[in-house]
Amino acid sequence: MTRYAPNWRLLAAIAVVGLSGLLASCRDDGTSVLGKTSNQTGYRGTGMVQIASKSATEALKLKNVAPPPEDPADPDSKPAKEVYQNIQVLGDLTENELMRLMASMTTWVAPEEGCNFCHNPENLADDSLYTKKVARHMIEMVRSINSKWGNHVGTTGVTCYTCHRGKAVPEFVWFGNSGPKQAQGMARDREGRGLASATVGETSLPYDPLTPLLAHPDDIRVVGKKALVSAYIPTTMQTETTYGLMIHMSEALGVNCTFCHNTRSIASWPQSTPQRVTAWYGLRMVSEVNKQYLDVVAGLLPASHLGPEGDGPKVSCETCHQGVSKPLLGATLAKSYAKELGPITGPTPPVKP
Amino acid sequence: MTDYQNIFTRIQVRGPAYAGVEPTHTAWQRQPALGFSYWLGKIGDAQLGPIYLGWTGVISLMFGFVAFEIIGLNMLASVNWSPMQFVRQLPWLALEPPSAKWGLALPPMAQGGWWILAGFCLTVSILLWWAKVYARARALGMGTHVAWAFAAAIWLYLVLGFIRPLIMGSWSEAVPFGIFPHLDWVAAFSIRYGNLFYNPFHCLSIAFLYGSVLLFAMHAATILAVSRYGGEREIEQIVDRGTATERAALFWRWTMGFNATMESIHRWAWWFAVLCPLTGGMGILLTGTVVDNWYLWAVAHGVAPAYPLNSIVDPATVGVLK
Repeated sequence: MTRYAPNWRLLAAIAVVGLSGLLASCRDDGTSVLGKTSNQTGYRGTGMVQIASKSATEALKLKNVAPPPEDPADPDSKPAKEVYQNIQVLGDLTENELMRLMASMTTWVAPEEGCNFCHNPENLADDSLYTKKVARHMIEMVRSINSKWGNHVGTTGVTCYTCHRGKAVPEFVWFGNSGPKQAQGMARDREGRGLASATVGETSLPYDPLTPLLAHPDDIRVVGKKALVSAYIPTTMQTETTYGLMIHMSEALGVNCTFCHNTRSIASWPQSTPQRVTAWYGLRMVSEVNKQYLDVVAGLLPASHLGPEGDGPKVSCETCHQGVSKPLLGATLAKSYAKELGPITGPTPPVKP
Repeated sequence: MTDYQNIFTRIQVRGPAYAGVEPTHTAWQRQPALGFSYWLGKIGDAQLGPIYLGWTGVISLMFGFVAFEIIGLNMLASVNWSPMQFVRQLPWLALEPPSAKWGLALPPMAQGGWWILAGFCLTVSILLWWAKVYARARALGMGTHVAWAFAAAIWLYLVLGFIRPLIMGSWSEAVPFGIFPHLDWVAAFSIRYGNLFYNPFHCLSIAFLYGSVLLFAMHAATILAVSRYGGEREIEQIVDRGTATERAALFWRWTMGFNATMESIHRWAWWFAVLCPLTGGMGILLTGTVVDNWYLWAVAHGVAPAYPLNSIVDPATVGVLK
């Protein structure tokens, strides 16, 4: 019997080539490997990398397309107030600008229902439809976001379409959620924990971190501020709620923790990315928008539009972002509506207090 | 002898069932051996029994069963007694400790009393089982090494669920019962206290954990590799080294210049295993009681490497031009 000795040199050569090929494929310079692209976003060795799969990126590109803006309004036009009655918030527009915005809003919010979704066709000034009153609050909201929250929306700004995407009720609104029915009496009350929940990325973290923390964004911070124990005492349970909100944000933006944080020290600002500052303003923006506009709108809506707890729909990061870090992949639709929905002021630089 | 080269036990030695040495000073009679199992013989001794429960074993099982039922039934109640949802969501379901407002007080059952009761029953069960392990070792004239190794694990369990919450003054600081809930708790705990990876006792614990795995693999592989020379007769070879020991020792001298002995390798393994929960428990005990942010602690003590910082400032500390 002949025994064939393995060719060790050949095997070693194959191993070297194979291993270096494997190592070369571990890149974070945006090159695509096996359908995955990874982009380094922080200092080397800190694991600050965003990974995207090619197929998911393609799907998001198809899903997040902004409609083209309407042609600019002909400047030769009378003030809208002189032509129409009951103009409460758009009094600064001309007749043409008003018409342009109305036509755009129809495409953005009620493309099938048309003008009559909000207006009484017999009398456009009539306020009897609740949708018209809601729309008025929403226009005020969009104008406030564009003019006041430049530190979150930048010079990109928002339009109705950023959230609505052709639907009367945006797909990603949220309601207060105390979860499905649980046994009463002596049984341990769930106290908002211990269920599989999509809100917090299918973890068992508190399933409604939005109600407490979007109302009070200053309660989000939980990490110890000094090396040794001091009077600062957020609990581990509180941390779970914050953690739930962070997972929600991460899922809403389609990013991981390191998009904003250097996770070796989540709380440290000088180690964070600039996006964390944007998110900080975003949380305050969402908080104010919910209090000043959505809570008011809730009083106008029919019961069928309210949540299981009887509260109105509210916004979170997901309402606009819908899976991408820049809503509609950064489309600048709002710029074409700077007069109607602006002004779009852009970020304000910080000042020392 | 190629039988020993298999990763499963290929040889099953079958004699009459062995009842073991005569028990002394025991209140209970041993149960007779139940018989032999071919499939058990694949992974261990084919003989089943005799089992000795004793008073400690029986009471321990009773308390353990009560704890198990309290946890399971509360989980079932949390999905409104739906067996379907119980099965679907079992890994997510929880029995949580009382919330922070209760401190160390005894809350109503629905507000966390059940967690305290389940924890008490589980602790009694574990401690009684420890007593049983200790007593059985003594009854056989053995050392109590197994009992003390078990005690190391109990130490970590007690630190997490009892000692640290006691020092913190709140049951809410304890770990919830539940598969994902306890894992989510661990992650949140690390976030709250500034990253547990900078806790030096956590580092030690991980070193002993991975070290245990390494020692386990090295020792098991060595003995299997020399079993064709009778290497599995380790106890005799402590005092009477045969060719198996000599070969195994030489192998490690050739590969790393040093070798453990047939006796010391077991001390290495025991100490690595025991030190894993022992150091881990120390790390947990110091967290929140002494150290509030392990990252900042590591910076203060020159442990954390410095990376280039950027100019980002906390927006809460600056005003914004309006």
